[in-house]
Amino acid sequence: MTTATRTLVVPGAARARTRRPIGRRLTVLTVLAFAVLLILAIGWLLPFLWAVATAFKTETDAASGDAGWIGASGPTVQAFSAILSQGNVYLWAWNSLWTATAVTVITVTISALAAYAFSRLDFRGRKWLFVVIIAAIVVPPQVLIIPLFYEMLAMGLVDTHWGLILPQVVAPAMVFILKRFFDAIPVELEDAARVDGASRFRVFWSIVLPLSRPILASVAIFVFIGAWNNFLWPFLVINDTGLMTLPVGLQTVISAYGVQYAQVMAQAVLAALPLIIVFLIFQKQIVKGVATSGFGGQ
Amino acid sequence: MTSTTPTTTTIVTGRAATRATRRHAGGSRHGEQLIGWAFLAPFLLAFALFLAWPILHGLYLSFTDQSLTGSGGGFVGLANYVDALADPVMWGSLGNTVWFTLLSTVPLVVVALLMAVLVDRGLPGQWLWRLSFFMPYLLASTVISQIWVWIFNPQIGAANNVLKAFGLEPIAWLQDPKTNMIAIVIATVWWTVGFNFLLYLAALQNIPQQQYEAASLDGAGGWRQFTAITLPQLGPATTLIGLLQILASLKLFDQAYQMLGGLSSDTTRSIVQYIYETGFVGYRFGYSAALSYVFFAIIIILGVVQALITRRRKDAR
Repeated sequence: MTTATRTLVVPGAARARTRRPIGRRLTVLTVLAFAVLLILAIGWLLPFLWAVATAFKTETDAASGDAGWIGASGPTVQAFSAILSQGNVYLWAWNSLWTATAVTVITVTISALAAYAFSRLDFRGRKWLFVVIIAAIVVPPQVLIIPLFYEMLAMGLVDTHWGLILPQVVAPAMVFILKRFFDAIPVELEDAARVDGASRFRVFWSIVLPLSRPILASVAIFVFIGAWNNFLWPFLVINDTGLMTLPVGLQTVISAYGVQYAQVMAQAVLAALPLIIVFLIFQKQIVKGVATSGFGGQ
Repeated sequence: MTSTTPTTTTIVTGRAATRATRRHAGGSRHGEQLIGWAFLAPFLLAFALFLAWPILHGLYLSFTDQSLTGSGGGFVGLANYVDALADPVMWGSLGNTVWFTLLSTVPLVVVALLMAVLVDRGLPGQWLWRLSFFMPYLLASTVISQIWVWIFNPQIGAANNVLKAFGLEPIAWLQDPKTNMIAIVIATVWWTVGFNFLLYLAALQNIPQQQYEAASLDGAGGWRQFTAITLPQLGPATTLIGLLQILASLKLFDQAYQMLGGLSSDTTRSIVQYIYETGFVGYRFGYSAALSYVFFAIIIILGVVQALITRRRKDAR
């Protein structure tokens, strides 16, 4: 240790050390990589940090155009308390939470059942039905807004949470991902239980599902994030302010607030918070989930 | 259990019996039929109601002059499609969509690749890199729109402060038709690059480590290893990420609509926004359905291209 610090003092010796790297450490490339990474990370964090900084300013400071991180009157939670004193934010957050949870539970349940049928059970039409469902992956939900809205009108579900939830539960890509996972589970595990007289559902419930916990978690997290953030469909099907989800509700308020920047930013920060917490908790599953769902079509 | 199901005799056919030679053993074949359908039923019901039927009904609507209020609804044949092809706003919004796709796809692939390659070097602070690059992807379109409207504020926004620091003239980002699409692209790259970043990271981790070890034994440096091993190995991932990104960019609506405060601009209106406007502002359901099908056709063509490319990859493997 002491010899190392002593050699570093000699300029020539220091250069010799960097030129002959031990493993990957401290090459010019590594330093450069670190610098670029840092710049990118700062660039990516800044917009959000700027929003946070604005949220802690007074409206006057925010509108003054002063580019400082802390307003002239010092940091304040005025904007947050103004937002939270309006009941709608809680209501919207609750609507988002429960509808996104419902979408997730229903989607994962029906997709897992269907995927198991396609993976393990034999019935007539299994092959062509699977092809039809997989082909439906290419259908962009945006294409369906007109006929879906029409259907919700006919079913009397416009301006209801079921009208918001039900059209979101069909996820052919998830069936595909889960089927591929089930296919990889050794059949012998199930055969042993079946010889002992366990029913198909019992095998599915007590053998297949526990083995699939990681993939189910990934799928569930992704469905949840998608449903929580979904904008277009909730925006179309819900008109009643009390039934709105957070993204749609907040959107209606921007125009109402006019130029109250600090409050708008406080809202944005509050709405972002739950998902940042979800990410910090489920980081591993989310990273894995992107890989499986993103490459799902491969 | 399966053999005791009372309705076993109903669905047995010769075809099913011959087909039922799957790898799993045990259980009666006819029982399997029923159980298969039972497992499938909930999904199939939802699929039929909320995907298959709307697709077919949408196609039917596109041949009518249906409006939201229920007036009209008569069969007009191909009139809506003829109108669409002669509609300058349709072509304009299609052009905007393609322009946005071109502008956004390149940085969304290149920056994601850069991020992933740098993070994959195993530098300290892994969770921080992942958090900063991926976190924006988790935010709702409403939230990112609010943040960027604030940044692009012409008088007091951060973007113009940066320009001022470099001695440049301020820009009315979102209000100026010349720059509003650029502003939307910048916000979109910031918002969604994290997804591609994670896809690249997954692809990088699949590259066999031995290749690098062999290369460094042969004396290949970091840069040489990057161009000779990393980039070629990422080829399939890049094709896929690029195609997925094109398909995603073509669906532009949420952030473009919200960043302009719900207003329509001839330089940012995307095809999905035009579908929304004709259907839910103009109440012309029939015409809007026809526009949806024009858009759908484009997506299907790209989907087929994607399928062909991935299949070729698989055959080559």
